Parts: sequence; structure tokens; C-alpha cells
Amino acid sequence: MDTLIAQLQRQFRDYTISLYQQGFLDDQFTELKKLQDECSPDFVAEVVTLFFEDCEKLISNMARALDQTGNVDFKLVGSTVHQLKGSSSSVGAKKVKGLCVTLKDCCDSQNFEGCVRCLQQVDIEYKTLRAKLQDLFNLEQQIVQAGGRIPQVDI
Amino acid sequence: MTREELPNLAESKLTALVVDDNFVNQSIHQKLLSRLGIQNDVVCNGKEAVDAHCSGRNYDLILMDMDMPIMNGTQATKRLREMGIESKIAGVTTRANEGEKKEFMEAGLNDFQEKPLTISKLLSILHKLDFYVQT
Repeated sequence: MDTLIAQLQRQFRDYTISLYQQGFLDDQFTELKKLQDECSPDFVAEVVTLFFEDCEKLISNMARALDQTGNVDFKLVGSTVHQLKGSSSSVGAKKVKGLCVTLKDCCDSQNFEGCVRCLQQVDIEYKTLRAKLQDLFNLEQQIVQAGGRIPQVDI
Repeated sequence: MTREELPNLAESKLTALVVDDNFVNQSIHQKLLSRLGIQNDVVCNGKEAVDAHCSGRNYDLILMDMDMPIMNGTQATKRLREMGIESKIAGVTTRANEGEKKEFMEAGLNDFQEKPLTISKLLSILHKLDFYVQT
């Protein structure tokens, strides 16, 4: 019979793999994991926290810009989404990055409805990723609290 | 100094400056550098990079983002070269447009890498610029 630790480790492994298979994460997230060590055991959590704070701020700025009915500054929205694309690329947030590319295209073609729709999707997507990564970090904590080691997952 | 006389980075205490307005990238780039034993500072835009040098600070390597408020990477690189700063400057940016890349290079870069940076991209920069590192 599996010990609790083995069960948790298997759950962690399966959940991690699913996040990559479902397109939430890409190789850059793996690169971040490589940088985590004994000196900075919470590095990944810290960086993704900064990313989600970025999401909140930049999405709010874009929403405000799109709210200026009849006087939307598409260049401002475009440059803001470019920043968000950069951060999402840096943490391996694949779906968020993909939506940023689509939103940038909408800005470039000054497609107002497209921008609004896409921004809503970006908002939903980053919140989904935030919840999923929180679940992943909770699993890590459970493994450590049970006295186990967090398994390395080869993608 | 010949290639054979160059110390490896772990012993030579190389220094670097991260110039980027984004906290996510700042954090990652600083961690990448620290992992390779490179002491580093961070500033948020090109003007702060120039001001740091005006106050007497100097670095072996500068990782320069392109898009930044107040003074962007192209302007900052030009200014630093005008000041006679001979540090190796590597441009790092998500922009892949050939025209913008060319303008950035011509401002005085020694190398260019597309973001996101990884250990292998940073090692590539260091090897191209004749810095040797033990991993």
C-alpha cells in the first residue's frame, strides 16, 4: 500500500504533467524550477507572485484605457500588453502569453470589440493559472510537511 | 590578456548590472547571474543605468532591456558608449523586429539575446564576450 508521501508525490507529478499537457505552462517554467535551490527554496513562488501582481496592474491599466469610449488609446493598450506578454513569456505562462499576442493584434488593427473580449480572456486565464499554481505549491507543502522530497518531474 | 590567462568567473568575482523595468525579469536575471557566481545590481531604466555609472560604479557586464520608460535601452547604450564606458553590453529584449534589433546593436551592444533568458542563453552571452564560467 502506498504511503501518504508516495501518494502525494504521484499526485504532484501527475498534476505538474497535466499543466504542461493542457498548455498552461511551457519550458520556461522548467527553466525557473532549475534556478530554485536551497538558498532560494521559494524562488518560483516568489517570481510567479510578481507575475500575477503584474497581471493585475497591467490588466487594470488596459481596462481603463479601453473604457475611454470614443477616445481609446490603442497604442497605450498595445504597449501595455507587450509588457504583459514579456512577463508571461518569462515565467512560462503559455496560454496567457498566447492571449497577449492575440490582444496585441487587436490593438494593432484597432479592433475595439476584439480588444475588450480578449482582455476579458486574459483576465480569466491568469486567474485560472494562479489558482492552479497555488494548488501545485500546496501539494509541494504537503509533501514537505509529510517528510518527503518534492520529486523532479521530467516533461 | 590571453584566453589561457582568463580566470573562471567563480574566482574572478565578475560584476553585472541588470537594466530592466519589469520586476519579474529583474528577479529572473539577477537569479541567473547569482547562480553563475556573478555579483550583480539592478536598476529600472536606462537613465538609472547612466546615473549609476556617473556616480562611479562600473560593471564587467550590463544586461540591457530595450523597452523602458524615461530612457530606453538603445538611448542608454549610446549614452554609456559616449561616456567612454567599455563594459560588455548585452541587449535582451522580446522584440525580434530586425530594424529595431539593428538599431539597438548599432547603439553599441556587444551581443544580443531574445528574452526570456535562460542559463544556456546567459552562458552563450558570457562565452561570446570571452567571460569563462564554471557551472
